[in-house]
Amino acid sequence: MPAIESRKQAVFLRGGEAILGSELVVTGAEALIRCLEAEGVEVVFGYPGGAVLSIYDELYKSNLRHVLVRHEQGAAHAADAYARATGKPGVCIATSGPGATNLVTGIATAYMDSVPLIAITGQVATFLIGKDAFQEADITGITMPITKHNYLVKEASDLPRVIKEAFHIATTGRPGPVLIDVPRDVTTTSFPFEYPDVVDLRSYRPTYIGHIKQITSAVNAIQKAKRPLLYVGGGVVAAGAQTELLLLAEKMNIPVTMTLMGLGAFPGEHPLSLGMLGMHGTAYANFAASHCDLLIAIGARFDDRVTGAISRFAPSAQVIHIDIDPAEISKNVRVDIPIVGDARNVLAELLPRVSAKHHKDWIEQIDAWKKAYPLEYQEGSQPQTIPSAEGVDDGPVHPQAIIRTLYELTQGEAIVTTDVGQHQMWTAQYFRFDRTRQLITSGGLGTMGFGLPAAMGAQIGCPQDLVICIAGDGSIQMNIQELATIAQEDLPVKVFILNNQFLGMVRQWQELFYEKRYSYTALKHSPDFVKVAEAYGITGMRIKHAGEMLSTLEAALAHQGPVVVDCWVCMEENVYPMVPAGKGLDEMLGLGGQ
Amino acid sequence: MQHILSVLVENRSGVLSRVAGLFSRRGYSIDSIAVGPTEDAAVSRMVIVVEADEEGLEQITKQLHKLIDVIKIHDITKEARVERELALIKVQADAQNRGDILQIVDIFRAKIVDVAEKSLVIEITGDTEKVDALIQLLRSFGIKELVRTGRIAMVRGMRS
Repeated sequence: MPAIESRKQAVFLRGGEAILGSELVVTGAEALIRCLEAEGVEVVFGYPGGAVLSIYDELYKSNLRHVLVRHEQGAAHAADAYARATGKPGVCIATSGPGATNLVTGIATAYMDSVPLIAITGQVATFLIGKDAFQEADITGITMPITKHNYLVKEASDLPRVIKEAFHIATTGRPGPVLIDVPRDVTTTSFPFEYPDVVDLRSYRPTYIGHIKQITSAVNAIQKAKRPLLYVGGGVVAAGAQTELLLLAEKMNIPVTMTLMGLGAFPGEHPLSLGMLGMHGTAYANFAASHCDLLIAIGARFDDRVTGAISRFAPSAQVIHIDIDPAEISKNVRVDIPIVGDARNVLAELLPRVSAKHHKDWIEQIDAWKKAYPLEYQEGSQPQTIPSAEGVDDGPVHPQAIIRTLYELTQGEAIVTTDVGQHQMWTAQYFRFDRTRQLITSGGLGTMGFGLPAAMGAQIGCPQDLVICIAGDGSIQMNIQELATIAQEDLPVKVFILNNQFLGMVRQWQELFYEKRYSYTALKHSPDFVKVAEAYGITGMRIKHAGEMLSTLEAALAHQGPVVVDCWVCMEENVYPMVPAGKGLDEMLGLGGQ
Repeated sequence: MQHILSVLVENRSGVLSRVAGLFSRRGYSIDSIAVGPTEDAAVSRMVIVVEADEEGLEQITKQLHKLIDVIKIHDITKEARVERELALIKVQADAQNRGDILQIVDIFRAKIVDVAEKSLVIEITGDTEKVDALIQLLRSFGIKELVRTGRIAMVRGMRS
C-alpha cells in the first residue's frame, strides 16, 4: 500500500525540520498549520487547489483532521455550523480564485449571524497579484463588506501574528468571520517561527462591562414596568447568558420572546416562553410586543423580519437595549436605555439589583392570547399533493406534523439544522428548543443550501448528538453534493426533505400577494431523492401519506448511519401566522383560534 | 448638515477602501476625503467631510469604529479649527486680460505657478469659501482645468 508508506515517510520527514540555533525555521505553509494547532483547531473543512498545494502538503503530514467537501460553499457552511454547535471557531480553507469566491456565500452567512469563522484562502504568488493571473481573484476586496476583518499576508513572517489576530477578532466582541488570504510564495518561504502569546490591537477593544449608570436606569425601568417583555437574540447565545436570562425572567416574571437566532436561549416549553416573534412569530409573542410598556432587548438587532413596520413596533414601550456592538444601539429603533456590554456580564449585574415581581394582569393577558391564538394548522385542510402518490387513503402529510413528530420522537434533544423557507419557519414554530446551539439556521442572510453542510459541521463538532437536517425540495438541491461528504465521513445525520414540489415560501407570497401567479416556483423535475441518496451510498426512505409518517420517522431516527427521507407533504400549505411586509406585528394573517 | 470627521487609521494597504466602502454600503456619501501621513509613520489621518443628520452621523461613526484599522474618530465640526483646501486652476489668459487676472490673484493672495502663452496656472490655499470665491471670479476668463484637494482640518490649540 504505497499511499500509507509515503504518508509514514512524510511524518518521519517532519521530524527532520531545520533548526538554526534555538530558532525553528519553517515554511509559511507549515507555520500556518502550527498556528492552527496552537489555536486548538481540531478540524478544517476544505477543498484543495493550485495555490494551496503547499498548505495541503503540510495538512497531509499533520494530525489536523481535514474534511474534504464537494464544493467550497459546503466547507464554509460546515465550518460555520461547527462554530454554532460548539461555540469554538470554525475553519475552512479554499484555493485562490474560484475556490475563494465559492466561499463568499458562506462567509456572508456567518457575517450576518455573527459566527466566528476563519476562512483561509490561497492566492496567486505576490509577484503575480494584480496581473490577472490564472485563478486570481481579489478576495480581500470582495469580502471586505462581509467579514469582520480580513488580511492579505504579503510576508511569510507576518503569518503567526495575522493568524493570532484573526482568531482573536473572530471570537471576541461581536463574533464574526475573518478571512486570511495567503499567496502561494508566502506558503513556501521559510522564516524563524514563533507563535505570539498575546494580541496587540490598539484599535480593537470590545466593551464587555456595562456602564453602571445605565444598568441602574435599566433596573429602575424594570422595577416600574407593568407589562415588560424580554426580546432576546443570538447575542444571548454568543455570550452564554442563558442561565442569567432564565433567572431574570423567573425572578421578575417577565415573558420571553426570541428571534430566530435566539431560539433555545430560553427553554421553549417554559411557561414564560412566547416562542419566536416577527413575521412568522406566534400571535401571542407579536401581541405581547405590540402591547408591552417595557421592551428589554438583549443581543438582538431589531431586524425588519422581527419588527414589521417600525412605526407600529412596540409603540407604547420604553426600550432597553443590551448589546455588545454599540453600532446596533438605535440603528433601527430608538432606544431609551442603551447598555453596551456582554449580555452575561450585564445580566449578572442586573439580577441582584431588581426585586421580584409578579405582573399578574400582564401574565393573565398573555395566557389569554396563548389560549385564543395557539400555534396550529388545520388537519386535512389541503388536498393530497404529489399527484403520483399511490394508494393514498389516510390523508395528506402536513409538514408541521412531521416537525412536531420529530420533536416528540427525539424528546427535543436533537441538534436541528435547516435550510431556508417554509420548512425553516415551521421548524422554528413547532420544534421547541430548550437549549442554546440546538437550532442551526441561516437567519440574517437566509441562505438556501445551508442545512445539509451545516448538519455535517454540527455532527463533526458534536459527534455524540443526534443531528437532524430539515430541508426543502428547493434548498436541498443547492448543496446536495455534500451527501458525498456525509457518506465519506460516515456522519449519521438524518435528513428530512419536506417535499412540496414548490419553492414554498415564494409560492406563498405569490398566492397571497400576486393573485396565485406562480411564476417559476413549481419544481416539477426534482430527482427521486431516495435514489439520489442511494446513489451516494446513503439509505433513502419516503413518506407519501399520513399513515406512513410515524413509522418512517421512527425508522429513520433509529437507523445507525446517515439517512435521507423524502417527505411528500401538502403542496400548498402556508406558514401562519404571517405579518405581511410593511404591516405591524399586530396585523397578522391566518390567526388560528377565535 | 455637513460634518468634518478627523479619523486616525492604521497606515495599511486597503484602509482607504475599507473606509470608503463602508460609507457607500451604509448609504452615506462622502463630500470630500483627504488622506495623508501623520507625525507617526504607522498612522494616517483621514479628513472626511460627510453630509448627515445627527442620527446618521452617530451610526456612521459607530460603524467606522468597528473597522479594525480605525484607531480614533473625532468630529471636529463644532470645534475651533483651522481648515484648508488647495486648488490648482488653469485659466485662459492672453496679453490683454493677464493683468486683470493677476489683480484678482493678488487680492486672494493666491500664486501664479505656471505661465504660458495662452494660460496661467493659479494655486490657492484657503478655506472652502475662499477657494469657491476665486473660482467664481475666474470663470469669466474661462477655466480650462480645475483640481481641488479635499478639505484638511486641525483643531486649534494644544488638543489633538
